[in-house]
Amino acid sequence: MDVLIYLVPIALALGLTGLAAFLWSLRSGQYDDMDGAAVRALMDDDII
Amino acid sequence: MSETLDLSMFVTRTPAGAAHMDLAVEGVGCASCIRKIESGLKQVRGVAQARLNFTDRRLAVDWNDSALSAGDIILELERIGYRAQPFRPQSAEADEARMGRWLLKCLAVAGFAAMNIMLMSVSVWSGHVSDMTQETRDLFHWLSALIALPAAAYAGQPFFRSAIRTILGGHVNMDVPISIGVTLALALSLYETATHAQHAYFDSAIMLLFFLLCGRYLDHAMRRKTRAFAGNLAALKAEVAHRFEDDNELATVPVSALQPGDRLLVRPGERVPADGVVVSGASEIDESLVTGETLQRPIYAGEAIYAGSRNFHGALVMRVTAVAAGSLLDEVQRLLDRAVTAKSNIVQLADRAASRYAPVVHVTAAMSVAGWLIAGASLHQAIVTGIAVLIITCPCALALAIPAVQVVASGAMFRCGLILNSGDAIERLAEADTVVFDKTGTLTLPEPQVDNAADIPPDMLERAARLALSSHHPLARAVAAVARQRLPYDGATEETGRGVRALVDCAEARLGSPAFCGSETAPGAAADGASTLMFAWGGQFWPLVIRQKLRPDAIEAARALKSLGLEIHILSGDRPSAVAPVAAELGIASWHGGLKPADKIALLEEMKRARRRVLMVGDGLNDAPALAAAHVSLSPITAADIAQAQADGVFLGERIAPVVSAVGIARRARALMMQNLWLAVIYNVVAVPVAIAGYATPLIAAAAMSGSSILVTLNALRARKRSSSEGASWMS
Repeated sequence: MDVLIYLVPIALALGLTGLAAFLWSLRSGQYDDMDGAAVRALMDDDII
Repeated sequence: MSETLDLSMFVTRTPAGAAHMDLAVEGVGCASCIRKIESGLKQVRGVAQARLNFTDRRLAVDWNDSALSAGDIILELERIGYRAQPFRPQSAEADEARMGRWLLKCLAVAGFAAMNIMLMSVSVWSGHVSDMTQETRDLFHWLSALIALPAAAYAGQPFFRSAIRTILGGHVNMDVPISIGVTLALALSLYETATHAQHAYFDSAIMLLFFLLCGRYLDHAMRRKTRAFAGNLAALKAEVAHRFEDDNELATVPVSALQPGDRLLVRPGERVPADGVVVSGASEIDESLVTGETLQRPIYAGEAIYAGSRNFHGALVMRVTAVAAGSLLDEVQRLLDRAVTAKSNIVQLADRAASRYAPVVHVTAAMSVAGWLIAGASLHQAIVTGIAVLIITCPCALALAIPAVQVVASGAMFRCGLILNSGDAIERLAEADTVVFDKTGTLTLPEPQVDNAADIPPDMLERAARLALSSHHPLARAVAAVARQRLPYDGATEETGRGVRALVDCAEARLGSPAFCGSETAPGAAADGASTLMFAWGGQFWPLVIRQKLRPDAIEAARALKSLGLEIHILSGDRPSAVAPVAAELGIASWHGGLKPADKIALLEEMKRARRRVLMVGDGLNDAPALAAAHVSLSPITAADIAQAQADGVFLGERIAPVVSAVGIARRARALMMQNLWLAVIYNVVAVPVAIAGYATPLIAAAAMSGSSILVTLNALRARKRSSSEGASWMS
């Protein structure tokens, strides 16, 4: 079971990374306009 | 014209020094509008940033105000094809947005913790049947504790705070058993971990928080969406007032910028923008939005006038005042205060359920501790069983049962054109067995209409309507509304208080009082509140009867409400002679006219004593106390502000249909709420004996809790059903 010594911290670190990424996206206002984000993804005027 | 709209109160400064303004935009329907508006604005020189929020239809613009004024931006948007009005985000809305972000953060933390603890828990559970050593299990329990305790301390705050608040207030709500359950589960698990025991309930406690936060966030998001929509409607009304500045020059300012003491000019045909006292001038005003009375009232200097009245003939100078003692507004305010206190006695279904549920659960837990002790179990074992009972009964399903339905049902009502102020209005709406309508502006359309349009040849009507476009008179405005071509005639002259004339197709056309048109027949104002304008052209006379017409679907709505088993009454401030024909047309037997605000309340009290649950639908200033006193209340969007603030919901458009669909949706929603509560009870009846018997392992607790939560949520989704077909086309 020695494998747990590094697998568990890795699992927790991955989870925390996900949490941090979510909190960052929340802070940068990515959840303020959910409907808009859905349709903006389909706009292709920035691809030239 | 030198008089320009002063928008400076809406403009704020960004840290970079640019001007910033938020606008509510009308007519944003599809994704391409985003690009049209944003790229259209960015092409304008001086605009630094334009971003449209598609969810709440609001546009944020940053620009360099040395090159561009706020008014230019609105004009530019109009050129692109959208009507926009600036608004000041209200502090309540900012608080709600902050609250929403906080809930989402709590949800994220709880979700992260629940996933990672479950990772440990599943290993432990499978370890029970394989070869996991006790040391490894303890390590996993300690790791779970390490994640769970800080996560619960953070993510549980919405519940802990609300529980403490209600306990201090001497009540019990659903958050009390939740907080007790979560805290005890964590404490027990910590103790069990420290004593190397087999079971720990960290996963249950955190999962419970996660499910409940999901429900709470959805509830909050729905409320915020409807609130933002209502805010946009208010902004797009774009009410302005003409204010005398210090140098006696006239400036046009948004109504929200008015202060007591301001002197205003109210021109003929305009609405009075604020409550106040007439300083000079004399006129006639239509106070139908204030008192329900449809006949005009002469007004002179020194008299009080109220926001929403329409000025007819003469220009008035008024002073905005705060509430003056003895005025109608003062009386309304007093009645309001009393009604609001009385209403706080209504207990919500959820709190009623909680106040019955919490004692039962806590007594059951205590009894199972006592029972096990009597049966000879150790104190430790008895307490473990008692807490397991608390965990398994922790009202996960119960706390989701009602909010989940509220979210879905208020979404369905929103699609029908009804904006609810509070989720608990749904259950009160479902209980209503009596509807009380105000007449003026509620059963009838708020603006007067031409009643006999069908009797007049279409080309004549069109001429009259186009001529009316050149008049400020409120009655002429009703005629102008039927114009197909909104093209005023050249050279039209208005004689104030008499009429308007112009040369139309080689003959003089006149629209106005019968005397002005040279007609001998002078019907004047009819007894039922109708007024007659005369239209003369080429020696022919056509009387135009103008009155407040019934809303287009009033008759069907009255019939539909009756078929839903509701008793209908009309309580109007208008003269009985004006109420009678409306009541007769709608087939409503019980009606009263000429009522003062206090009379309306007295009649509502009488109904209340007869154990009726009253749905009040009204729009006037005089209805506000009755709206607050009724069991549940709705207002049309055209209602006076004070009435709208008291109503539980606002309906949009010209039709009453949203009221009817709302009652239907609310009843279905309440049935689902009851079903959900029963589902939660059945779940407890099955699960509690298992817990009392001591078989509630963490695995069983987790499965039972998530199972029941998902079940009630799925059941709540049924409130959506059929609402799409009921959805009116008001959104188009």
